[in-house]
Amino acid sequence: MTTMTETKSEAVEFSKRASFIELSGRERAIALLDQGSWRELLGPFDRMESPWLVMQNITPQSDDGCIILKGKVDGQPCVVISMEPAFQGGSLGEVSGAKITAALDLACRDSKNGKVTSAVVLLETGGVRLPEANLGLAAVAEICSSFISLRQYAPVVCLSAGTVGCFGGMSLLAGLASYVILTRESRLGLNGPEVIEQEHGIEEFDSSDRKLVWAIDGGEQRYMTGMADVLVKDKVEEIAAALRKVLKAGLPKIHRSTQIDLFRKRIAALNTDQQIDPNTLRQTWKRES
Amino acid sequence: MNAEHTALSERGRRWFTALTGTSAQTSTDPMHPASVLVADTKLADETARFLCVVPNPQARFPMASQGEVGLEEAYALAASVREVIDTHKSGKRRPIIAIVDLKSQAYGRREETAAIYHAAATATDAYATARMLGHPVIALVVGQALSGGFLTHGYQANRILAFDDPGVVIHAMHKEAAARVTRRTVAELDKLAETIIPLSYKIEDFAKLGILHELIKVKNAEQPQVDEIKLVSERLATAVADARQGELDLSVRWTSPSAKSSRHATIAAREAMFVQWDNIK
Amino acid sequence: METLEFSFPAKSKGRSNAHVGVVGSGDLEVLLQPQKEMQSKVKIRTSVAGFSEQWKAVLDRFFQTHDAAVSIEINDAGATPGLVALRLAQAAEASEK
Repeated sequence: MTTMTETKSEAVEFSKRASFIELSGRERAIALLDQGSWRELLGPFDRMESPWLVMQNITPQSDDGCIILKGKVDGQPCVVISMEPAFQGGSLGEVSGAKITAALDLACRDSKNGKVTSAVVLLETGGVRLPEANLGLAAVAEICSSFISLRQYAPVVCLSAGTVGCFGGMSLLAGLASYVILTRESRLGLNGPEVIEQEHGIEEFDSSDRKLVWAIDGGEQRYMTGMADVLVKDKVEEIAAALRKVLKAGLPKIHRSTQIDLFRKRIAALNTDQQIDPNTLRQTWKRES
Repeated sequence: MNAEHTALSERGRRWFTALTGTSAQTSTDPMHPASVLVADTKLADETARFLCVVPNPQARFPMASQGEVGLEEAYALAASVREVIDTHKSGKRRPIIAIVDLKSQAYGRREETAAIYHAAATATDAYATARMLGHPVIALVVGQALSGGFLTHGYQANRILAFDDPGVVIHAMHKEAAARVTRRTVAELDKLAETIIPLSYKIEDFAKLGILHELIKVKNAEQPQVDEIKLVSERLATAVADARQGELDLSVRWTSPSAKSSRHATIAAREAMFVQWDNIK
Repeated sequence: METLEFSFPAKSKGRSNAHVGVVGSGDLEVLLQPQKEMQSKVKIRTSVAGFSEQWKAVLDRFFQTHDAAVSIEINDAGATPGLVALRLAQAAEASEK
């Protein structure tokens, strides 16, 4: 039997000018929902933790590093899914994966039954949690599937603010999303700079070159190349407003990840003899205003 | 036998050729890379589309020449799958068979600059959409199926089949890199994997997780033998029929008999979430 | 992993559940729940073994000034005694709200 989580919907005060990045995973989720409108699902006191960590001398977290809040945004049903970046680098394990998949499936079920419920995923993650390897990877595939299901009925939003960034398998969600909101501090990519440097050397990617890292993976670059929909300052008020704006717009006419022909042509047009200049890409992949 | 291929793997191409009867590049689309093999071939009593990603030393993208799923590969897969969806007229929806033997996703600066995460998402979208529309999607893992590469090509399948062979590995990261990142030795990882199944690189351990539909015992995974080609073909056809009987989502991966023990935490979390969600007024 | 358990006498009723902290490197999370019995219990799981005495010292100090009957669970990833004391105080304060 499960016990209903004790986390109440608190009237949590956030300074409107406060930094979003400085908030914990839970605080970020709370900051986005209408005050007093939310309940946490499978919170700390439900103790749904990973069964795989203790045996590897890794201390588990009671919510497995994933916070699910069901509530309202501008009065409309919404579930906010937030990865806690400080726990295992925001990586995805079996239980956090199951929480996310279930939340998306429930939002989809409700949406199909007439109660359209959007989903917002706060991606601060390095990807699959290696101590759970294959169950983390399987969970990513399952999350992608549920994301695509829900997307037929309600907008699914990805938000990454920093500082961990959004890397690994979970970055696929940013490709699948109805809307992507990024800050300048954020980074979005499939393989992190360190991984590329390890695989192919410092010439291929000098991961200590911060300017290079943000030129390629940074929020502003992704926004200016049309891969993200909104670029926001790291301010609670602005991020919450950006979310409300995209949700109000409803389902986009076409999802970015169905635009196969557009992207095939773009890739075909790239000169691969040398590295691709990120600034040039801002011209050739110019975002529609 | 070391499961890490040091030479370029030919398993994917060989099994693609064996099962489809063709090795030729059948797409006339100039944007279609030589690394993505596509063929529409008879499987039992219907036509199925077979797809495979193979090494291409002449690849335009230098980091996607050894069988990795790179930008061109991901978009070509997406286009090939979409074509199956778009050309459906009536009756049974065509099966899509993903033959999987790939190093991983492509790791490169060009790839990140050109948003390879999005390319991977596009192929994932196509495969998942095909499945949700009723196209039976089957993955046949004949070699390696690692991380982002497998997410892009194969992991959205209704049913996953794999050869029971030491050269078959499904995992989130290849062993040396995983050891580096987790600050353990390879020997330590192997030791942990003995009791922690999700860490194991052995396909018979992966099979215990409840995600795999079937392990196929083949005597020769490297060189397809006539009798084994026939067997594999039959198993694929059976998997297609089984997929048609089942759900259009991926729930079989946590409702299967093996999953009941290996993925008990998944099941418990799901059940608890459903109860709590519905209890909110 | 080391699991440590302690108990302390209690005099008053605990108020509500409280949760603080994150299991980040050098940090800890505290789950605090009121207990029916007039006795407080603490269970600690830590990835840094061998500091049982230091844990007891921090807890002794905490319970000197907190006599509500509570059950406390701590998931620790190498926090300093100072941080542990802070998190316990934060949890107690949140519980009393």
